[in-house]
Amino acid sequence: MAFCAIFVPDFRLQAVIRSEPALRNLPLALLDGPQPTFRVMAVSPAAQRLGVAFGLTKAAATEFKGVQIRLRSREQEAAAHAALADAAWSISPRVEKTAIDLVTMEVTGLETLFGSYEEIGSQLQSRCWEVGLQVHAAFSENIETARILASAHAGPTVVPVGQEARFLKPLSVDLLGPSEEHAEVLRSWGIANCGALAALPVLSLSECMGQEGVRLHAIASGKGHRALIPAEPEHVFEELLELDEAVEELEPLSFLLGRLLDQLCARVAARALSVRTIFLKFELQPAFEEAFDTAKETVRSKRHAGTFPCSLSLPRPTQDAKLLLKLLRLRLQDKPPNAPIQKIRMRAVSDRPRPVQGGLFLPATPDPDKLELTLARIASVVGENNAGSAEVLDLHRPDAFRMRKFSAGTADSRKPSTAMGEKLQPESPQTRSGFRYFRPPLPAYVALEEGRPVRVSCRGNTGKVVHASGPWRLSGDWWEENTWQEDAWEVELSFVQESACASGVYCIVFDALQKKWFLRGSFD
Amino acid sequence: MPWSASSLRLHVESALAGRVASPFRLREAAVSAVVPTGLGALDELTGGLPRGCLTEIYGPPCCGRSSILQSALASRTKAAEACALVDAQDSFDPIGARNSGVELSRLLWVRCQGIDPALRSLDLLLHGGGFGFVALDLGDIPVRLVRQVQLNVWFRMRRAVEDTSTVFVVVTQESNAKSCASLALRVEREATKWSLPIQKNGKKAAHTPGCLLDGSTNSAEMVRTFLRHKKPLFIDRPKITGAASTAHFQLSSYKSAKEEKLPETEFFPAAEAMSEWR
Repeated sequence: MAFCAIFVPDFRLQAVIRSEPALRNLPLALLDGPQPTFRVMAVSPAAQRLGVAFGLTKAAATEFKGVQIRLRSREQEAAAHAALADAAWSISPRVEKTAIDLVTMEVTGLETLFGSYEEIGSQLQSRCWEVGLQVHAAFSENIETARILASAHAGPTVVPVGQEARFLKPLSVDLLGPSEEHAEVLRSWGIANCGALAALPVLSLSECMGQEGVRLHAIASGKGHRALIPAEPEHVFEELLELDEAVEELEPLSFLLGRLLDQLCARVAARALSVRTIFLKFELQPAFEEAFDTAKETVRSKRHAGTFPCSLSLPRPTQDAKLLLKLLRLRLQDKPPNAPIQKIRMRAVSDRPRPVQGGLFLPATPDPDKLELTLARIASVVGENNAGSAEVLDLHRPDAFRMRKFSAGTADSRKPSTAMGEKLQPESPQTRSGFRYFRPPLPAYVALEEGRPVRVSCRGNTGKVVHASGPWRLSGDWWEENTWQEDAWEVELSFVQESACASGVYCIVFDALQKKWFLRGSFD
Repeated sequence: MPWSASSLRLHVESALAGRVASPFRLREAAVSAVVPTGLGALDELTGGLPRGCLTEIYGPPCCGRSSILQSALASRTKAAEACALVDAQDSFDPIGARNSGVELSRLLWVRCQGIDPALRSLDLLLHGGGFGFVALDLGDIPVRLVRQVQLNVWFRMRRAVEDTSTVFVVVTQESNAKSCASLALRVEREATKWSLPIQKNGKKAAHTPGCLLDGSTNSAEMVRTFLRHKKPLFIDRPKITGAASTAHFQLSSYKSAKEEKLPETEFFPAAEAMSEWR
């Protein structure tokens, strides 16, 4: 059984760099600790060359010119760890989350799929790079050897069976992870590397250091076998971005959203999944009036920043980050947040990708991704509820319908088309007359004689009623507040004035509650 | 030495070689595929609505334009095509359309309040592509506003559907697309039919509770066509007589029309052959 360990060097720095790729080649120092007394807790090699050291205060660290200083973010570290696990799951289903900067996985039998261990290692490194992480990889027959070698060498390092001790021999005993007490004992004995530790007699070591000494000896000898504890894959992906300066405009915001979406889509694609729904949550900067208490003329100590949620649900799951960004942009153009944004939290719910098989005899339908974008653009022009499919409601009220999201449908729902062999349908003897609604109904003046309409005036035009059919009395919802009652008439109007519309058939209604006449529409 | 016609022609042909094949040969436009409107008389006259072309249906209010549009939508949605209706004045009747056979789930209805959002939405739809039938309903927009639409807008729309399988229909009160329209139909209402009971004096009662709107008789005149189609010949129907460019059709009121099951989706012989192979 073979195992692979993937280690992220300078994990805390890489978690920050993953959110801000521009920092990758710059000297960087991370601060952590209680708020007034921040201390440097991680330093990039470039910053170390400039003289930045661990434990410096924030004020001291800022004295170094060109050194970028960021606060440690545990949420970003959690996201980076999840991304690392996703990259591992893209290769093997059995992955153990050994530490926050290390995952171990079983690679037995994967040679037939990916090639040799060196090739698997290269693929792992490239997949981790896609999710924003530079990693070390090592392969061995036992987990502990793989772990230690991954921490020590960039790799990919492949340890042949039985050669574990030889590979571990020059490595420092600190890589074995001894406790402070045992590390001190080993230092006092002059044991610096694994080779020296492995050469010690086990019984004597057991007497001096107990079972922990035996365990360290076994690991240093390349015999540190233990079982893998596989983790359960997650189907929710989360990324976040904390901003030093709040963003107010859409352009810079979409740049940041694009970066988050790229990371999310890379993680989702690594797991052979697609994004079904995206939830965005913006933490907003409190307004000045809220931050400053005018009554006490003091800055409030505890400010509760508002949040702005935004979600995007797709009818067909996708991995296209550009498409998602365009849709989010359109969504935010319509409903922008009402304050500058300080923190962006993005969560993606994944689903299985649905490959669509086109059919030779199926009619063409819009590409689902393109249709989604087109619909979003149209919605930004005409309003969100004004573009979609109409759904007729089971009510007696005229014009009772509601709008729902339009979907081009699946291939299964489509029937064979007549695209290549169009047949003309026979004339239907009962072709129905169309009706055009005036929304909202136009107020009208109706002259009655013996209870029947004889003249109708609307928008300055007066028509004489030639024929009338009615009244068609309708009412409903009397048990609710929005009760309605009306008398509808179908009238053929002849207009006295000469115009393009010399005559026509219209529907007029008398609203019995408002005691008013309206022109509802025309038969066309 | 002046160029002779043949040498000049040879020179032009050699200069355009590789870019334009046979520049001096008249290229015949490809025959457009057509789809039925669902109104038999109109289909016999026009051959159907052409794909990849702009079809203009115009006429005064209450002339039957919406009925033709509704019938065509029913035909296309029954054939499982994705359809779109850009409704410039939000006047579409979904209940009447459903009763006419339109499958509303396959119809994208864009409800606009004015001509500008309608044209912008239409532009997005046409360039998005994939729809089998796209209609722009400007039937209730005042004529003076529709006249202000520049001709290049109609050209742009026609260009967007060219070489696609989209049937593009514009419904207006007057003809505006001019030469951009491959097929232009002028629709008129000839008469409205009422069920009028006879009174004792022999006159029809105009205003009685028993008076019902039965429907109307309408006519569609083919004003313009650039289509080269073979007029379909139906064995079971007599040859059309009268004016060659006008079709007459009957429309029934929604109250008087009986419930009628619309014909099933047209059958494609190749699909039958495929099923036999299996």
